[in-house]
Amino acid sequence: MITKIKQFFVTMLLPPLLGIGVCVLLWSIVAQTSETLPGPVKTWRSAVELFSDPFYQKTPNDQGIGWNIWNSLKRVGTGFGMAAVIGIPLGFMIGRFTFLDKMTAPIVSMLRPVSPLAWLPIGLLVFKAANPAAIWVIFISSIWPMIINTAMGVRQLPQDYLNVARVLNLSEWKVFTKILFPATLPYMLTGIRLSIGTAWLVIVAAEMLTGGVGIGFWVWDEWNNLNVEHIIIAIFVVGIVGLLLEQGLIALAKKFSY
Amino acid sequence: MNVTQKYVLVEDVQMSFDTKQGPFVALADVNLNIRRGEFITLIGHSGCGKSTLLNLIAGLLRPSEGYLFCAEREIVGPGPERAVVFQNHSLLPWMTCFDNIYLGVERVFGDSEAADKLRQRTLEALELVHLSHAEKKYPHEISGGMKQRVGIARALAMQPKVLLMDEPFGALDALTRAHLQDELMKIVAATQSTVVMVTHDVDEAVLLSDRIVMMTNGPSATIGEILEVDLAKPRDRLALANDPAYHKLRGAVLEFLYQKQAKKAA
Repeated sequence: MITKIKQFFVTMLLPPLLGIGVCVLLWSIVAQTSETLPGPVKTWRSAVELFSDPFYQKTPNDQGIGWNIWNSLKRVGTGFGMAAVIGIPLGFMIGRFTFLDKMTAPIVSMLRPVSPLAWLPIGLLVFKAANPAAIWVIFISSIWPMIINTAMGVRQLPQDYLNVARVLNLSEWKVFTKILFPATLPYMLTGIRLSIGTAWLVIVAAEMLTGGVGIGFWVWDEWNNLNVEHIIIAIFVVGIVGLLLEQGLIALAKKFSY
Repeated sequence: MNVTQKYVLVEDVQMSFDTKQGPFVALADVNLNIRRGEFITLIGHSGCGKSTLLNLIAGLLRPSEGYLFCAEREIVGPGPERAVVFQNHSLLPWMTCFDNIYLGVERVFGDSEAADKLRQRTLEALELVHLSHAEKKYPHEISGGMKQRVGIARALAMQPKVLLMDEPFGALDALTRAHLQDELMKIVAATQSTVVMVTHDVDEAVLLSDRIVMMTNGPSATIGEILEVDLAKPRDRLALANDPAYHKLRGAVLEFLYQKQAKKAA
């Protein structure tokens, strides 16, 4: 029993803890030599203070860290949700119908590499407000992986399964619900995971430009206040939330793999 | 025309596929009658088009020329009255064994029978292949032989006019294969099914068949000889091992495959 715990500690816990330790050490060494960069201890104190009251609301632009995170997540959720509603059915159709595939291929390959932020001015122009423009950027950044992965899943459907469907003479609806959808689900979830990752990546940058309550604008605001501790905390918060989203979706995907 | 005498009818069938090198004629001048309740095996070297012929009867492929009939109706596409047992079982991995079979049962009998009856049919099919205990298991939780049995149960549960089997035991080890062959013989005797089976196993062909259809090598493969297997049923593999008639039939198939249609080493 004790050796097992020991083994778990050495093989599972020690390597990541050591990695984090080395990182913090390097950070504190660099902070020692720098006038402006705060060290780990100073940042930690600031974080404790910050998280002691995460949900205060003083003015529209001065709210607790909890509200900032929540608002960013809300934007990501909305944009991402709309992208899923449009992207997944579109991916299914592109995967199923070669004509549609060839029709959309040049558009998708041309627009996919465009930085999502390049779409921000178009969003501001069309919606004439910052918040929908930020959601629009999330939407456009997260739709591509969902279209592409769903379509790939449909295309990779083994011919055997389709032969089963043909021999049983299943209706189109049954083919979709009993074969196409479950067979494509793992690919779809990969698309969703990639999308959420990109969306969370992009929201910080988008909010820096659009302002309002959100983790991205908070970073920018604290830069203007020259509160470097808060910027470092924000980097950790963005990283940890992104990690949690990713792990959550991996856990979900595991449930649906065969 | 007597339906029972010509239950499945293959008339002047030719099958060619478009390839990059131009059309490839896989089958040519294929003519075959299958009687009702007959067990037919198609045997030949790989690439001789035996699976192609099976897929034509299944309706998964359409012939380039010629016609195929089943019970006096032309075969224009696949359907549950010509159920297929696929070589790699092709069970849907996200469904339990029960649900895999139920999918077919529901399709065939769903319009005329209540859910209770459909469930009962599914359970009976599982019992037929001795897999009642695996009802709630998923395909990845059971062995290869069990998967193949579920595949057979799925096909039989639809009460097909013809049961088509594409090397159903090809991927199994010899012991499991022998066991399933014995089970299949019992099931076919009980259900009086008409069966067309593709195989490359000479012993399997002689053991199971009423007639062995031996195919020549492709391209333009066709039926070379048809061998009547007049061994009494039910057959017992141990008794047959010492039966001169069995060895004579086995010898005839071997002679066809390795002398008349000897294939150069690829």
